[in-house]
Amino acid sequence: MIATRESYGKALAELGEKYKDVVVLDADLATATKTIDFKKKFPERFFDIGIAEQDLMGTAAGLALGGKIPFASTFAIFASGRAYDQVRNTIAYSKLNVKIAATHAGITVGEDGASHQALEDISLMRSVPNMVVVSPADDKSTKWIIEEAINYNGPMYIRLARPATEEIYDENTKFELGKGIQHGDGEDATVIATGVTVAEALKAKEELAKDGINIRVVDIHTIKPIDKDLIVKCAKETKKVITVEDHSIIGGLGTAVCEVLSEEYPTKVIRMGIKDEFGQSGKWNELMEHYGITSKNIQEIVRN
Amino acid sequence: MELKEISKEVRKNILLQIYSAQSGHPGGALSCADILTTIYFKTMNDGDKFVLSKGHASAALYAVLAEKGIIAKEELTSFRKLNSKLQGHPSLLKLNGVDVSSGSLGQGLSVANGMALAFKLDKKENNVYVILGDGEIQEGQVWEAMMTAAHYNLNNVIAFLDYNKLQIDGSNDEVMKVAPVKEKFESFGWYVQEIDGHNFDEINTAIENAKKQERPSMIVANTIKGKGVSFMENQCGWHGKAPNAEQYEQAMKELI
Repeated sequence: MIATRESYGKALAELGEKYKDVVVLDADLATATKTIDFKKKFPERFFDIGIAEQDLMGTAAGLALGGKIPFASTFAIFASGRAYDQVRNTIAYSKLNVKIAATHAGITVGEDGASHQALEDISLMRSVPNMVVVSPADDKSTKWIIEEAINYNGPMYIRLARPATEEIYDENTKFELGKGIQHGDGEDATVIATGVTVAEALKAKEELAKDGINIRVVDIHTIKPIDKDLIVKCAKETKKVITVEDHSIIGGLGTAVCEVLSEEYPTKVIRMGIKDEFGQSGKWNELMEHYGITSKNIQEIVRN
Repeated sequence: MELKEISKEVRKNILLQIYSAQSGHPGGALSCADILTTIYFKTMNDGDKFVLSKGHASAALYAVLAEKGIIAKEELTSFRKLNSKLQGHPSLLKLNGVDVSSGSLGQGLSVANGMALAFKLDKKENNVYVILGDGEIQEGQVWEAMMTAAHYNLNNVIAFLDYNKLQIDGSNDEVMKVAPVKEKFESFGWYVQEIDGHNFDEINTAIENAKKQERPSMIVANTIKGKGVSFMENQCGWHGKAPNAEQYEQAMKELI
């Protein structure tokens, strides 16, 4: 069990050796976003900007203009909300090579409550032109996406989670930006997930199989650009399409899937996620249960 | 050509653009024209960067770039028109010669800091020049960036405050008091000078002083909004308004 923010921190510190142009900026959250490992190893390439997320994004933009590959880290709520205008107008409009590594996304932030739970960040970032939006589900996929981000030239929003979750992939997994990963080929339902909900969907797949219900799970680690072909293929091959995300059902993964299917292969889609409301305090797994995005909830929806 | 002569051409270019577009911001473009002319024709070395943080003065930047030969003079009349490189606010993807896109106020200084940090990492001696508007410093991000520049000793950041004291809805004092600016900047750890922003010697001397400092520099340039066109001077009504044919002719006459 490891949190994707931990994997991010480890990947940065490791890749910092190989990629000398990588610089990291944080807004007084290095111990939480895990950029602390990079800071310790490469203090001259780490910049704390203080509790000033707007300035964080602007400074990162300037470093990108100076030929560096900046990772700007803070909580998702501040990266996408507080600094939205800076991300849109200063970074994305000029297609600057800034990687926005947004940790503590979704209700799984837990006890900090609604003010710190970004439930709209996918929606906001997805609608900004030039922005690539990714949301890895585990350790291996996070480490892969960080190196991919370094090699990709342009702005990227990397959505990371606070809690430790199951490891899903191994060294042999082949990842590709913009390509979803299909688990299994059950025809009873397709469950499309991203980030922390992928492990939940996979658990549901296992449980349902015991009762002879065969589903497939699609990990959409790249929310933009989204893997249209795979989504359409799965809609054609299965009886039900369900999306599940630790995000509002408005504008996130579920909406992105609906956009694809409504144009390419009209299909009923059941969107599981936070239903147009703010979150609250609680333990992260209790919150997932409360808002209905656990393996159990997925199983119920499939069975219905 | 003397800076004074170039700046006359720059002012004519500004008016031509805004008149052609029947849209734009003459007041604040004319107020920073002399600073921009000095930066581009006297100060900047290869590799130095410029940030027009008050992006609505885009006509002044394009006017200078046209005098520099970076854009063709014929292009000036495409200002603010469909498919033009000369966007309402500067866009680096649309126009070569724009170092940083701007338009949403308060963001340029942060970007300048980032470029300055990159110069330091690469052990380059280059400077980043910035022009901020006085209304613009009402944006909180400016003060975040002021702290950052001082914290990282970014003595390669040399900023100007185009202090014409007017903004859209009235004077700074009426809308939101920014004074005393010098003391504010000083208290943020910057090296501050106050000059006449239409006196080329003062602008140049202030830049040369700034280059010798161990900390970031703010040059408070007292300017006149609409400078050079009698009926536009000190009128906040000319912040974002284009002249009609008669007014344009009159303005161009004054600039001969």
